[in-house]
Amino acid sequence: MAVTAATPPATAPIPKKRPPVILDFARAQPLAAFSMFFIVSLIIASILAKWIAPYDPFALDFGVMLQPPSADHWFGTDNFGRDVFTRVLYGAQTALMIGILASFVGCMIGGVIGVVSGYFSGRFDFIVQRFIDVMLSFPIIVLAVVAVAMLGKFLVFGVDLNLVIAIALPIVPKVARVVRASALTIREMPYIDAARASGFSPMRIIFRHMTPNVFAPFIILFAAFVAQAILLEASLSFLGLGVTEPTPAWGLMLSGNAADFYREAPWMIIFPGLAISVTVFAFNLFGDGLRDYLDPKFKL
Amino acid sequence: MARYILKRVLYMIPTLFGVAAIIFLMLRVVPGDIVELKLRGDGAAVSQETIDAERTRLGLNRPVHEQFAEWMIGVATFDLGKSMWTETPVIDEISNRFTLTIQVAIMATIIAILLALPLGIISALYKDSWLDQIIRLFTIGGLAMPSFWVGMIIILTLLNVFNWLPPITYTPIWVDPIANISQLIWPALAVGYRYSAVLTRMIRSQIIEVMLEDYIRTARAKGVFERLVIGRHALRNALLPAITVLGLEFAFLIGGLVVTEQVFNLNGIGRLFVQAVTKNDFTLVQGIVMLIAVIFIFTNLLVDILYAYLDPRIRYGGK
Repeated sequence: MAVTAATPPATAPIPKKRPPVILDFARAQPLAAFSMFFIVSLIIASILAKWIAPYDPFALDFGVMLQPPSADHWFGTDNFGRDVFTRVLYGAQTALMIGILASFVGCMIGGVIGVVSGYFSGRFDFIVQRFIDVMLSFPIIVLAVVAVAMLGKFLVFGVDLNLVIAIALPIVPKVARVVRASALTIREMPYIDAARASGFSPMRIIFRHMTPNVFAPFIILFAAFVAQAILLEASLSFLGLGVTEPTPAWGLMLSGNAADFYREAPWMIIFPGLAISVTVFAFNLFGDGLRDYLDPKFKL
Repeated sequence: MARYILKRVLYMIPTLFGVAAIIFLMLRVVPGDIVELKLRGDGAAVSQETIDAERTRLGLNRPVHEQFAEWMIGVATFDLGKSMWTETPVIDEISNRFTLTIQVAIMATIIAILLALPLGIISALYKDSWLDQIIRLFTIGGLAMPSFWVGMIIILTLLNVFNWLPPITYTPIWVDPIANISQLIWPALAVGYRYSAVLTRMIRSQIIEVMLEDYIRTARAKGVFERLVIGRHALRNALLPAITVLGLEFAFLIGGLVVTEQVFNLNGIGRLFVQAVTKNDFTLVQGIVMLIAVIFIFTNLLVDILYAYLDPRIRYGGK
């Protein structure tokens, strides 16, 4: 009897080359991939606003006040004759910059608190958790409004960093809670025991061994909270507590003047609000798809 | 059960004091106080002595720990002090506007439940059908649209299509229910829509999860009518977590009202809060934030108790 078992069959299937992650994602989550495409386009358009916007966002032109949407002014003009489409485009700069930055800051701080609190458990964890309980007892907008009033303005390159912090603040406890839950399950993994047995310091275990493994929930939270942060920025600006005139911001465009022209110029209300909704919609859809792709069991 | 409730109530007390402490500390780091704004706000030349005298009168010159002790004792004895701007007791300022806000909040909750229950159940039972897709679109829209903008769109429609605007002045419901509801139903709709979206998604995913459980298969295998399987076995288990969401979202609701009241020109707690913040009226801000946090904590306590009552596993479980 010939010994053939040891030799591999000549027609062994050649291991398939894995498609690029992005294509795999697009196949599994087409809607989310489309949202991602929209978000990326919006980011690029807002960066290039200076070159692609048809008008100057600040130029007053009283000759064309309150014009309805037309070929010249796609979204119409406001009560100062400013082009609404241009201002919506520039508004995307504000919204994305503050939204992404605030979500990032909030998720980073919340993530670190969550992992550290989950690792140490015991009394330290108990105290941190009670503090988070307290922070979660404030509705997010209430916390953000108080924080805005407390911090005042701090402009760096035209971005109000204190506004970013105020929006990030309510995100921190929520992220900390979720990340802690992930950290608690990871802590029980054998490789953490192994690291501890090897005598690694807690810092090294937390940052080298645990943090990479809470990355999936982290990135999902990040996408979800960009949407929240954009909504929060719009709300604060609408209340007159966020971005201030003449900076084009979606929430700001809806406050004050727009409300006086419900009958004369509904486009002043419709388009900035649509911009907020579509952007938040895209981030939500992207976040949902990302969750289903990376970690279907994960609950936000 | 009594033990469980007692434990929950005891847990609540330190949280409440933590809330009181954090609000106080946050407001004391605010640069500039009410006195500057009150006396010099309109550009009037006021001497430093007058400013100092006013600070002393309002107690802003005293050491922070003394002010803190006074505030904490006040909270413990339900005395929230006087508004620094109008000098009326904070309790009076709040209670004047409280009925309006709480009425809108309750109406919004009812709207949300009425929308979410059928939508959630339908989209779960006809999962992935075109009906489910439409409901999904409706809920994602609810999560994406800021409720203040939904409110503006409602006004826009009422004005331009129906040529009608809701009444501007507030009438308490016991004086004229029709005038009252025709004013407050719109903000309730605007906020309730978002709320219903969250709830619908929750109910949908819960039902889908429960339908995969063994006991549903058992019930079906026994030959139980599908309607009974859903009504008695699936819904009962699926709706429990929805109650928790109901409680959590109640705080969100009050948050949404802070902005929406502005759109509808309603003189409620949210509006008062924004005014108090812009005027640096510390005592009033503290009082309102405290009230909102207390409402949130109590709603969650009620929800937890209700949950434990409905689900014995929590009452007896180790948690």
